[in-house]
Amino acid sequence: MGMTMTQKILAAHAGLDVVEAGQLIEANLDLVLGNDITSPVAIREMDQMTVDTVFDRDKIALVMDHFVPNKDIKSAQHCKCVREFAHEHHITNFFDVGEMGIEHALLPEKGLTVAGDVIIGADSHTCTYGALGAFSTGVGSTDMAAGMATGKAWFKVPSALKFVLTGKLPKWVSGKDVILYIIGKIGVDGALYKSLEFVGDGVASLSMDDRFTISNMAIEAGGKNGIFPVDEKTIAYMKEHSKKDYTIYEADADAVYEQEYTIDLSKLEPMVAFPHLPENTKGISEIGEEVTIDQSVIGSCTNGRMEDLRCAADILKGRKVKKGVRCIVIPATQEIYLQAIEEGLIKTFIEAGAVVSTPTCGPCLGGYMGILAEKERCIATTNRNFVGRMGHVDSEIYLAGPAVAAASAVTGKISSPTQL
Amino acid sequence: MKANGTVFKYGSNVDTDVIIPARYLNSSDPSELATHCMVDIDPDFVNKVQKGDIIVADKNFGCGSSREHAPLSIKASGISCVIAETFARIFYRNAINIGLPIIECPEAAKDIENGDQVEVDFDSGKIYNRTKGTEFQGQAFPPFMQKIIQAGGLVNYINAK
Repeated sequence: MGMTMTQKILAAHAGLDVVEAGQLIEANLDLVLGNDITSPVAIREMDQMTVDTVFDRDKIALVMDHFVPNKDIKSAQHCKCVREFAHEHHITNFFDVGEMGIEHALLPEKGLTVAGDVIIGADSHTCTYGALGAFSTGVGSTDMAAGMATGKAWFKVPSALKFVLTGKLPKWVSGKDVILYIIGKIGVDGALYKSLEFVGDGVASLSMDDRFTISNMAIEAGGKNGIFPVDEKTIAYMKEHSKKDYTIYEADADAVYEQEYTIDLSKLEPMVAFPHLPENTKGISEIGEEVTIDQSVIGSCTNGRMEDLRCAADILKGRKVKKGVRCIVIPATQEIYLQAIEEGLIKTFIEAGAVVSTPTCGPCLGGYMGILAEKERCIATTNRNFVGRMGHVDSEIYLAGPAVAAASAVTGKISSPTQL
Repeated sequence: MKANGTVFKYGSNVDTDVIIPARYLNSSDPSELATHCMVDIDPDFVNKVQKGDIIVADKNFGCGSSREHAPLSIKASGISCVIAETFARIFYRNAINIGLPIIECPEAAKDIENGDQVEVDFDSGKIYNRTKGTEFQGQAFPPFMQKIIQAGGLVNYINAK
């Protein structure tokens, strides 16, 4: 019986020739990630372990991104705790204010994640690096602590769902719409404990930014990881960003999948996920009622990359954010921010009446920089529209791609760019 | 080892944002986190919960963020066990790693109602609904996970190795 791409990577990192779904293994880790919320808990756990230091100071990444620049005293204490730990253990990849970006945009950009890696991160969206052909998955702080101490983690080998992508995305439709469509189809627990493996001719047409967005939200279908095959675009991306050696794994021809779905990308339209679950999706043409908004957030580890900003700027250029709507644009990393300045995108945003923030997870998880009041409604390129996620328990979040978020900022109601 | 308590019953897809909203994540102190546990789904929970009480939920309990603060706040609030039809995978790992007992049992999750008196025998995986007089067999943990649980969590397990 053949193995899926995920199973092959896991087998190689567990020193096994073959693994099968359901098997418990211990795998060697290529990178262990934590942020300013999850790392303090992990550091406390590691203090209780009978180890002196980390397994490899080059294979740990600590990114201060959720509540920085510090939003309050307690957040500042958390960052201080991580800063001191990084200093004490000589952590190579510690990213503080000035160098930081949203972790899942930052690490690929810094070349720390490459094809064939096994990566755990104390952040649920760690599954993002599947876009590069790596196995990466979110864990909690104790797993992170154990990973930092031992360089190993235990896994139950996942079974997989296969998504065969064909065709090419139409204008204004992006990776976000693909993954929202998938979550709408299989549900928020449709891939529980499983891998999502994306294959097919359609993959080649997807940009790396599209793939990052798709892998990023595998967790919103309950998935353990979401992985793409390595192609020319992946290799070009890794060559541009990384000096690390990479390994290309391919699923066996006779790999077993629990289910197979075929998605014609050319048939997709912009998608919107209604409150309060990412599975409550509708195609933009299916939204009959008028949904007015108070805020539009364009950013996050899901959609704060260069192509997302270019798409939003295309729409906002020469237009104005509707009076009464707050449009918040958050480039995901310093490099993206700088590039956006050089390309004139930031000028476009400011002239349109949007506000541009330093990189931060901020409003996505209701931290700061765009908290919603009671009964307020937000369209967001973020990843979760749970109850109270962005603020008041009686506020609402609608998830969409950057095109719809930008168009909606202009009209003040959920809109397709083609309606402008 | 046994748990015995009154049930707090919830539906499907209880996410970690409602278990412990991000506005409280500027703390990592379990006892402080416990004072906000379940606040966005059940504001009365913290006033009513007694040591030993049990949470029962339908599908995909603990979905969303990987924040270990979620199981930490539940454990520190006095909850002795969470029974659900299914758990989201990161929550499942986290609960085992910090020593919060959890059991998957779709039949029990369907039968048990809010306020029922429930007893759980962790050794046998048996769940008894004392209010209704019903009995269920929860799914046993694989031996590897049992070792982590018996050690009292992943930290102790690694220290003992």
